[in-house]
Amino acid sequence: MQQEYEPSDSQSLTVEEAIANLLQKEDLGQRYYASWWLGRFRVKDSAAIDALLIALEDEEDRAPDGGYPLRRNAARALGKLGDSRAVAPLIRCLEFQDFYVREAAAQALEMLGDRSCISALLKLLDGGLAAAKQVPGKPHLVQPYEAIIEALGTLGAAEAIEQIKPFVEHHFPKVQYAAARAMYQLTRNSVYGERLVKALQGNDLQLRRSALIDLGAIGYLPAAEAIALTLAENSMKLISLRGLLEYQLQQDSTNVDLSQESIQLMKLMDGLL
Amino acid sequence: MAKSTRELIQAVEKADSADGLLEAVEALAEVRSETAIPTLVEVLGFNNPGAAVAAVDGLIYIGEPAVPYLLDNLDDYNYGARAWAIRVFAGVGDPSALDLLLKAASTDFSLSVRRAAARGLGFINWSKLPPKEILPAQTEVLNTLLSVCNDGEWVVRYAAVVGLQALFETFNPHKSYFVKQILEKLKQIIETDPEIAVRARSQMALREFNNLG
Repeated sequence: MQQEYEPSDSQSLTVEEAIANLLQKEDLGQRYYASWWLGRFRVKDSAAIDALLIALEDEEDRAPDGGYPLRRNAARALGKLGDSRAVAPLIRCLEFQDFYVREAAAQALEMLGDRSCISALLKLLDGGLAAAKQVPGKPHLVQPYEAIIEALGTLGAAEAIEQIKPFVEHHFPKVQYAAARAMYQLTRNSVYGERLVKALQGNDLQLRRSALIDLGAIGYLPAAEAIALTLAENSMKLISLRGLLEYQLQQDSTNVDLSQESIQLMKLMDGLL
Repeated sequence: MAKSTRELIQAVEKADSADGLLEAVEALAEVRSETAIPTLVEVLGFNNPGAAVAAVDGLIYIGEPAVPYLLDNLDDYNYGARAWAIRVFAGVGDPSALDLLLKAASTDFSLSVRRAAARGLGFINWSKLPPKEILPAQTEVLNTLLSVCNDGEWVVRYAAVVGLQALFETFNPHKSYFVKQILEKLKQIIETDPEIAVRARSQMALREFNNLG
């Protein structure tokens, strides 16, 4: 996944300035920054959404690799702003030529939680495992499988189970994890949760971090101890355990008092501060 | 045969890769020897996070004897090393580092340093202070933790709640004033904090207080 653009000299803008910067055509850098800024500061004004939807069809801002940086940022921002007007335009982005625009769109659609995108996401899995090859000369596969599969899992797309399942065996570990994560969300079968627990023991720190995030996202409680013992930064482990705790607290919500499970999770978190 | 501390120190000095350094520091940290202190402190400045974590753990194991050396050798210009040192102070709880912890909990740039400092403020070894200094110092800790409960990062607020709970549980000659302030804050967090994990942690702290009576 690409790093989100986050400038170090955080420039202070007003909402009006950011929208104006996004709509002007002269300074591409300002437009790019404004698109990030509106998402980062959760500016949900209708005018901000309008401007981002225009940016989602921009032709001016082009990267050396032929990509569309402004569209990528606009898609990410729209995912954060929760406006359903973005759903149909983002679904159209799933067919766009730029891989990173498709990836950002799939992630944004996951965040928006609107199930109308499920069939469009599923279409990108056509050809199954055999089609899911790396693009020659690029670090990524032909489709943003991680983002697509994670979105289908979050959206509770039970109709996607058969198509997602083979990806648990994909040769990219992060795709395997995304598939295990989605399969767990869709089936609640602990086989998939345990698969992610096993990934916490891997040799590569990036992959261990990835598994920590996935376990937090699915709230897989049996992983709690293994998470606390994983060789990774405490910050990452705390975020992962918070995911488990949030899930457990939802289960508790019928009770007034905290459950023993929640207390145990918090004790583990206390030990990582 | 087990290696001597001197051999373990030499292994750290001779390590020529990141992984090699990590292993050597872990081995040195495990012996918990005071003669390892200068080497472990030096590792904090190496810009190798894995090795620094191992060195921090080793210095916390050694505990109070590590604090004066670390205070004397704080590098003002190496931000990373300072951040690791704060974690050692937070883990040991020696009051001679109290001012540094108070400042770090409320103003440090890094959220993991604020987090460690906030927790550490709850676990100060008060018996090491002259009796008449305890109350003013605890009051300062209380006020700092109450304000850190408004940090922008959930995990720092979570750590501040843990710190407040621990502060409550330590001896205090003016307990009733502290109790009132802490209870009010916890109730406020349960009502208003946007993060469910922080609300739940406050609820857990409140439960502990009720159990203690």
